[in-house]
Amino acid sequence: MSTTTTRGVAQPAPAKVSKDRPRRGPRASSTFNFWLFTGPFLLGLIVFVFVPIGWSIYLSFFEARFTVTPSEFVGFENYKQVLTDVDFLNSLVTFTVFAAFIVPATWALSLGLALLVNRLRFMRAFFRSVFFLPTAVSYVAASLIWKMSLFNGVRFGLANTVIGWFGVDNIAWLASPDPPWYWLVIVTVRLWLQSGFYMILFIAALQNIPRELYEAAAIDGAKPGWQTFRYITLPQLRATSTAVILLLLVAAYQAFDEFFNLLSKATWGQPPLVELYKMALGENQNYGAGSAGAVVLTMLICVVTLLQGKIMGFGRGEEGK
Amino acid sequence: MTTTAPEIGKKKPGRSNRGGVMGNTGLYIATGVAGLLFLLPFYLIVRNSLMTDPEITGENWKWFPTDIQWGNVTEPFNDVTVDFAQSMWNSVVVAVLHTVGILLVCSLAGYGLARIPYKHANKVFYLVLATLMVPTAVTFVPSFVLVSSLGWVDSYRGLIIPGLFSGFTCFLFRQYFLGFPKELEEAARVDGLGYWGAYWRVVVPNSLNFFAAIATITFINGWNSFLWPLVIGQDPSAWTVQVALSSYMTNQTVNYHLIFMATAISILPLVFVFLFLQRWLVQGIAQTGIKG
Repeated sequence: MSTTTTRGVAQPAPAKVSKDRPRRGPRASSTFNFWLFTGPFLLGLIVFVFVPIGWSIYLSFFEARFTVTPSEFVGFENYKQVLTDVDFLNSLVTFTVFAAFIVPATWALSLGLALLVNRLRFMRAFFRSVFFLPTAVSYVAASLIWKMSLFNGVRFGLANTVIGWFGVDNIAWLASPDPPWYWLVIVTVRLWLQSGFYMILFIAALQNIPRELYEAAAIDGAKPGWQTFRYITLPQLRATSTAVILLLLVAAYQAFDEFFNLLSKATWGQPPLVELYKMALGENQNYGAGSAGAVVLTMLICVVTLLQGKIMGFGRGEEGK
Repeated sequence: MTTTAPEIGKKKPGRSNRGGVMGNTGLYIATGVAGLLFLLPFYLIVRNSLMTDPEITGENWKWFPTDIQWGNVTEPFNDVTVDFAQSMWNSVVVAVLHTVGILLVCSLAGYGLARIPYKHANKVFYLVLATLMVPTAVTFVPSFVLVSSLGWVDSYRGLIIPGLFSGFTCFLFRQYFLGFPKELEEAARVDGLGYWGAYWRVVVPNSLNFFAAIATITFINGWNSFLWPLVIGQDPSAWTVQVALSSYMTNQTVNYHLIFMATAISILPLVFVFLFLQRWLVQGIAQTGIKG
């Protein structure tokens, strides 16, 4: 159990429930107390989570523009509209490309930073803080820095200034899909924001690897460096890596902030949530189609999560936000 | 006998690179370069927020302002296009109440699920687990539908209340309380306290580390969240600071120094939270694996 997320593993505890019966007082009192503690939460959960989901499934079968109490039943019309909508389908492609970049890149960078920090003897806490600090910054603020300063399309943007020193012309990083420079901007902003967080997970996992494994390997003549990394460190990090990849994938699926702010005027490179936002809260306020889209996206992510859990042997209910 | 000698020589196999001066230098150079790259965006905020616009947009790159423009600090607050002060205040209210509310509601429920015997407790727990399958961000359309029919658009209620019932946070508290030492509660029970009394007088005071970790992460999430405030804040008076920052990027006129000063001010509270509470944050993340 080298994973750092063991607390998050779901284990219903039926045995504990029966043993823990209070010694004094009737059972009714513990029933009352159960509802006293969990009641407010459950009430909120039902009103603000289950009711909206149910309502949304209902709306997805109705013609509902500018209204949330529709009367015209349209069957699967909204689903048909969403699933044949080029923009919506393109957003799934965008997500796939995005995930193909960001998931491996973040995994590699956060693991690399963890290995670096873990080997430092001096200033370890300092460098850990430096890499972790971007976690405090919002996606909106980071997008602003990237768009207005770092990757500003004119000469005074830092990236263009630097390539200018080598005589390269300005690049309009975010203005055009061809060549798709915008991916560099989108991927680096998220990489900067989230790597430090996953680095912390990897550092915790690295410190849980038993020293004896390395000692035994050294006796067997393994060279420190690539060999011990490949045959000890990496397999020992398997549980954490799996969790990290799953969390990254779920997070990428829900990407909204940086796309919305960096590509605000673009028609290309729009991920699923931005499309959903435009559909439901854009000019048309089409809650029917928006709800159908939300249902489709939710089902997709459930399938992806379950599949990945099965494939990677990680099916015990660990979930990220 | 013969095998012991080489073992002593290689006492720290995992660290053997550390010994070499070359290895160490390389390690520190690599870490240092990575560190500088990670600090670069922070530098850009400070640089741009303390410069004049002609300096920022000038032909030649300047690393530092010729004259530090301290006067820029007040400019976002005097801006007529965006009510920055109001948006900062909204963010403070929302992030604080969001944090307090989540801690209260989810910790109570987590404790109830972990510790109070009830024959349907497992069914209730599965109900909570089921919500974890649905990613929160995807449900913003249905949530907006509900909140708008309650008439909560553009209100603190609409910004805060729907986000309080986090199945994931409740789940984390339940896992934590399952591992809480039972002896302490039993002692409280002997002293005549009920579940409620034992919870507030014994369990909570002995769990402050965990509460602090969850509070830090929740506060950062509340301060930085964007999609929900964007959906709910239709009127500028209900914007949080993230929505205000976002609006700067699409405005017709761009005042670089003002925008970056506003960004700096919006990040400042979190940098403080971060510097003072980093210990809880790191511990919380390592324990729970949740996103800050």
